[in-house]
Amino acid sequence: MLTKRIIPCLDIKNGRTVKGVNFVDLRDAGDPVELAKQYANLGADELVFLDISATLEGRKTMYDMVLKVAEQVNIPFTVGGGISSIEDVDDLLHCGADKISINSSAVKRPELINELSQKFGSQCVVVAIDAKQIDGKWMVHLAGGTIPTDLNLFDWAKEVEQRGAGEILFTSMNNDGTKAGFANDALTKLSEIVNIPIIASGGAGSTQHFIDAFERGNADAALAASVFHFGEIDILDLKKDLRNNNIEVRL
Amino acid sequence: MSVVIVDYGAGNIKSIQFAFKRLGIEAKLSNDPTIIKAANRVIFPGVGEASSAMKMLKQSGLDDIIPKLKQPVLGICLGMQLMCNGSEEGDTKGLGIFNVEVKRFSNQVKVPQMGWNTITNLKSELFNGIKENEFMYLVHSYYAEQCEESIATTDYEFTYASALQNENFYGVQFHPEKSSTAGERLLKNFLEL
Repeated sequence: MLTKRIIPCLDIKNGRTVKGVNFVDLRDAGDPVELAKQYANLGADELVFLDISATLEGRKTMYDMVLKVAEQVNIPFTVGGGISSIEDVDDLLHCGADKISINSSAVKRPELINELSQKFGSQCVVVAIDAKQIDGKWMVHLAGGTIPTDLNLFDWAKEVEQRGAGEILFTSMNNDGTKAGFANDALTKLSEIVNIPIIASGGAGSTQHFIDAFERGNADAALAASVFHFGEIDILDLKKDLRNNNIEVRL
Repeated sequence: MSVVIVDYGAGNIKSIQFAFKRLGIEAKLSNDPTIIKAANRVIFPGVGEASSAMKMLKQSGLDDIIPKLKQPVLGICLGMQLMCNGSEEGDTKGLGIFNVEVKRFSNQVKVPQMGWNTITNLKSELFNGIKENEFMYLVHSYYAEQCEESIATTDYEFTYASALQNENFYGVQFHPEKSSTAGERLLKNFLEL
């Protein structure tokens, strides 16, 4: 049976992880390659690297990092942040990334999703959607959630599926950073509307939140950052708890 | 031991090359028939769409070369699918190495299947040291049906063939290069066939 996935997310700036991590047994907690290896050993099912470098130099460093991760890590990983062209994707896949994630660039030019899925296959095209619930309506936001749009989350999700996205990474801005649980109602509705896998993001604070995202939210995967980085939730323990709750995971 | 990864422009071959590097083997990338024929082991990868991958294969004349190879050959993901009789994807005629058709999952399940699933009914030395119900990483919308040449099966919507063998030709639907230590073991087994 296909299992539910647990995905740690690493924010990368100029080739280093930011926001800090708290693993005692790492020589260099800022080195994304070491962290990636650590997570792979702990039972993470996939990894997501989000490049938040603002400079060209930072972008170039990112390619070196992707190459090193591909060289040393034996589980799949996705790279996102600042990707806006076929060339960007070609370069990242050539460095060994398994999937790429696009967000603002897809909203600005939705044809990009068609072009990428035709050229590289749907399986490597993840569309990330940041949305915020305003007056009961889930509205898509851009540029790390700073710019609101007129797009409705569910309409946009349907459109990205039709254009060839292989997966949706949905971050609820209402939940992100709260550690109060994922946006399960929106997740459920997304799963009803589209027929591609949904990664839940934003709000993880406890094991129960992951159970809810899978059971109530019907998510296919759940992504989190700080609860993993700071050792608040141990991935192996989390997966054991999920299995004890009859949720299929890889152990 | 010389390992050649067939480089015909389809797919993420870097990961496969790195997976062999972790096993201490420098796998070469090539589309040169002479180099491919001379290798001890041949990896036939593929990611993307079937009909365009087959077109690229034909352009380099490799559609003739691959079915005639005598050494162990391992098709991965779309590589495995192209080794079958044909695929519903782009109505593509395959290399006919495996006597089976490739079909699309229905919309009863999420398509693509993406993530870790188990392999069972393991029937080949390719799986030495790999236990029944081991997890492998899969990403695919099309599958090979259960058939006589199945050497592993997986359940998604129904039971399908997640690995195939016909003489020296092997094919796996999953990605051993991305399937943690179990995948590495499979690649090691392939080198030891």
